[in-house]
Amino acid sequence: MTKILEVKELTRVFKSGTRELTVVNNINFGIEEGTTCAIVGPSGSGKTTLLGLCAGLDRPTSGVVNLTGTTINSLSEDERATVRNKHVGFVFQTFQLVPTLTALENVMVPLELRGEATSGVRKRAIELLTEVGLGDRVHHYPTQLSGGEQQRVAIARAFINQPKILFADEPTGNLDTETGEHIEELIFNLNKSERTTLVLVTHDIELANKCDRIIRLKNGKVESDELVSINETEVAG
Amino acid sequence: MSWNWIFKMAWRDSRSNRRKLFLYMAAIIVGVAAQVAITSFRVNLNESIGNQAKELLGADLEVDRSAPFQPELQAYLDSLSNDQARMLSFSSMAYFPKTEIARLSQIMALEDDFPYYGIIETEPSNAADQYIKLNGALVDQSIMQQFDLTIGDSVKVGLITYEIIGGIIDIPGQSMANTFLGPRVIIPYQNVEETGLLERGSRLEYTTFVKYQPGTDSELVVEELDAMRDSLSFGFDDVAERQDEVGEAIIYLSNFLNLIGFIALLLGGIGVASSIFVYVRQKISTVAVLRCMGASSNQALMIYLIQATAMGFVGSLIGAIAGTVIQLYLPVLVQDFIPVDIELFISWSSVGIGLITGVAISVLFALIPLLAVRKISPLFTLRSVQVNLLGLLKLSTKTLLTVIVVLGVTGYAWIMLLDLVAAVFFTLGLTICLLLLAGFAVLIMKAARRFIPSGLNYEWRQGLANLYRPNNQTTTLLLTFGLGVTLISSLYLTQDLLIGTIDFEGEEDLPNLAFFDIQYDQNDGVNEIIAENGVELIQNVPIVTMRLQSLKGRDVQEILNDTNRVARRWALNREYRSTYRDSLVETETLDQGEFISEFNTFGEAVPISMEKELMGDLSLEIGDTLVWDVQGIPIESYITSVRVVNWQTPQPNFFVVFPAGILEQAPQFFATTVNTTSKDITLKLQRDIVLAYPNVSAIDVGQIVGTLRDFLDRVTFVIQFIGLFSIITGLIVLAGSAATSRFQRIRESVLLRTLGAMQKQVVRIQIIEYAFLGIIAAFIGLLLSLGSTALIGYFYFDIEFVPNFTILGIEVVILIALVLFIGLMNTRGIHSKPPLEILRQEA
Repeated sequence: MTKILEVKELTRVFKSGTRELTVVNNINFGIEEGTTCAIVGPSGSGKTTLLGLCAGLDRPTSGVVNLTGTTINSLSEDERATVRNKHVGFVFQTFQLVPTLTALENVMVPLELRGEATSGVRKRAIELLTEVGLGDRVHHYPTQLSGGEQQRVAIARAFINQPKILFADEPTGNLDTETGEHIEELIFNLNKSERTTLVLVTHDIELANKCDRIIRLKNGKVESDELVSINETEVAG
Repeated sequence: MSWNWIFKMAWRDSRSNRRKLFLYMAAIIVGVAAQVAITSFRVNLNESIGNQAKELLGADLEVDRSAPFQPELQAYLDSLSNDQARMLSFSSMAYFPKTEIARLSQIMALEDDFPYYGIIETEPSNAADQYIKLNGALVDQSIMQQFDLTIGDSVKVGLITYEIIGGIIDIPGQSMANTFLGPRVIIPYQNVEETGLLERGSRLEYTTFVKYQPGTDSELVVEELDAMRDSLSFGFDDVAERQDEVGEAIIYLSNFLNLIGFIALLLGGIGVASSIFVYVRQKISTVAVLRCMGASSNQALMIYLIQATAMGFVGSLIGAIAGTVIQLYLPVLVQDFIPVDIELFISWSSVGIGLITGVAISVLFALIPLLAVRKISPLFTLRSVQVNLLGLLKLSTKTLLTVIVVLGVTGYAWIMLLDLVAAVFFTLGLTICLLLLAGFAVLIMKAARRFIPSGLNYEWRQGLANLYRPNNQTTTLLLTFGLGVTLISSLYLTQDLLIGTIDFEGEEDLPNLAFFDIQYDQNDGVNEIIAENGVELIQNVPIVTMRLQSLKGRDVQEILNDTNRVARRWALNREYRSTYRDSLVETETLDQGEFISEFNTFGEAVPISMEKELMGDLSLEIGDTLVWDVQGIPIESYITSVRVVNWQTPQPNFFVVFPAGILEQAPQFFATTVNTTSKDITLKLQRDIVLAYPNVSAIDVGQIVGTLRDFLDRVTFVIQFIGLFSIITGLIVLAGSAATSRFQRIRESVLLRTLGAMQKQVVRIQIIEYAFLGIIAAFIGLLLSLGSTALIGYFYFDIEFVPNFTILGIEVVILIALVLFIGLMNTRGIHSKPPLEILRQEA
């Protein structure tokens, strides 16, 4: 299978005054297209930083990130934005909906950004919102929706551009167990039907176990990298 | 770049913020309204002057002289046209028998033909056609109302009592301001000599109005008169020159007003910048999400730039409409100063300039925070961080934007003032003011952070801590409100400064009534009347009129013709009214040399004392010789002393003082000052003296102070009216910045309430914060206004500034109340609703 994401010798160092803090330390791995992968680890282990680097939201201090065949760490901020718009979807722990847009408008943003015709975009957004169970709430603003509903809007938005890869940062972290399970179900189902690659960051082992593969981080390094379904362990690299 | 999406996004994103955006717009609305009102008014005025050019003079040519016209001058005028009307004008007492009041007036003895263009507007309207036939008089309508005079009452000028035929409303080329020096009384020219005033010391102004024959080359006339002017010493004005003079004065006035209005617009700009700052800060997570979804940095920037531009445009448009309406009110404020009837119409060019300036200021000031949008990282979606927007921008970007703003402001001021140096000083002054205010803001925030005593109760600690917390309003409020206060307060204090220098009422020992033009043979009689009225005589000063004949051996005419001369024309040409005495008086101090008290040797040079400023204007030094023409007799003199004279006192003061013993026999008249104890005695004494000696004029100091106060009130009202725009903008910006931080404040209040704070505790925290902000802004604004007024007094008026603490006190109370009111309005609704409902509404 083709690798949709590949990171080599990835390092991210933060500076605070004269102090340097290495949050991601020489990480190597690759993720095959259409698979699901969980990145787990305790707080401060570098999960979210690694996700940000993989998704092109941040630049590494050193190392290479190859996303959908493009080496993104050498691209400018705007070039990376284009890559994200074409190939990447996001689901965040805090939902990150634009508060001034309705549910429908929030979902439409990625395609509208491409300049696609509004009528088509609108139709697809309503379909997706209906699919996530919000067909009757399309004109509601984020503040008029519950946390679970907001996350469902975020999921619909993440899938509207038919991304090759979906990055999810603690997607159920802000939700109760029942709603969380429903959201997980939605993500995995859509992921399957859209044949998207899923990379999710979580410290929920139960959620991680639903993925094909689990990468464990500790102190910015890969502690283990295991395939869940065939119960096989691969050492990173 | 997908412009369609950008516009759509800008529109959608503004939806829930439009109420807040309106407040930002309001600042621009007021600024542009001031601009458009003033520029439209100027266009209207210039157009009116153009249309009424001939009425400005009432004739094609006006020639005036302080003595009868020489035959050659008269012959020249006769060669131009037979249509000539003469006027003799002078100051004299007019006595109104009905009220038994005498008032120093401007007497104008006119020939029938004047004016050739326009009319003397009177009440009743035919009075101007009849007063000559009926040998009656026209009197200013305002004085008729003040003294309750009616048609048929009488006015006595000199020895003649005239029947009042009508009230003067308007004379071509004159404005109401012409009546500030005393009411105008028009009498027929034909028998003016019978008033007995022409021979008795009054300063007479001889004027002839000429209406050209068709085909007269007016430029040639100006050239020919120019050539004759120096040798025959007369003045003249033709329509073009008068139009230029009036137009120029109006340009200066309107440019000055425009500049004050521009400050309102700049305050609006600062308001926009601070509002956009807060706005962008609230939009960081939205921008980060959009960047995550693939929006480019320029797309993100354009969304908010479009919002800012649209806001600026709509604000400017509303402002332009408001300004056009306000323009209709401006003539009411200034009509008294302007010698034309202002014709009103919409000036589209002014509306256009207002729109462009408004949008440019909005965009320019919004750019600094907006450019930071480009630097917002998509990473902010994963981590909530406190972003310093300014820190995101490169130093070179910030410097470039600052330079653009400074150049823009200077450029605009240059266009307004037509003087680059003045424009640079304007920008410099404004920058210093803003830097001082910003510096104070930083100081206050640091002081609040460091020095809040831990022993203070909770409300005080919270209230004071709000001065430096994130989203605080300290800097914005100090900049906008502080600058507005500085401006308005400076105007008030300058007005007070000017009034203070002439307001001698209630000051004992100082004269409050002065008589002048007392002839030699009248002096004893006048003094007797003063004594009979039980009034204290303060000074009785002899005055001898003289002119300069030569300076340091050079003839005055020769010096005047010298193009390299240093001595000033006015000082060489004027008629000097000098005195003689044996000592200095209390309004004088010796600056150099020795004051010679007595000199009895005729035929030798007389030792005289000169005033210091005049020494400079004539470029003289101690020991220099001067020859005076004392009514035909040359008197040689040399300077032995220089005096500094305090001219700001009501006593007669002199440029030149001769020693006792030499001028006693010269033709002379007297000036007398007295101190009366009541207004009634002042009126009675004036009446008694005028009835006995009609040529003697009286200056009632209280009356002059009243008139000047009235005049300054009118002038400052116009300036304050425009300055008011700055205060309103300051208040709007304050309200705007308060509104933008409302959510932050509400969250805190709701949190406090959730944690069990009582409603009054929450309110008290707000009161402490806003009262402090109000007090600080008011005090700093006033402090700066004290500084600026002291500088104006020192450099411009040469007056030492003593602040009026009553005015300052009143200003402080009003300003604090205003800030407190706005601050508390901002927390309305917090206390009566459930916390969750408020948070949802405000999100």
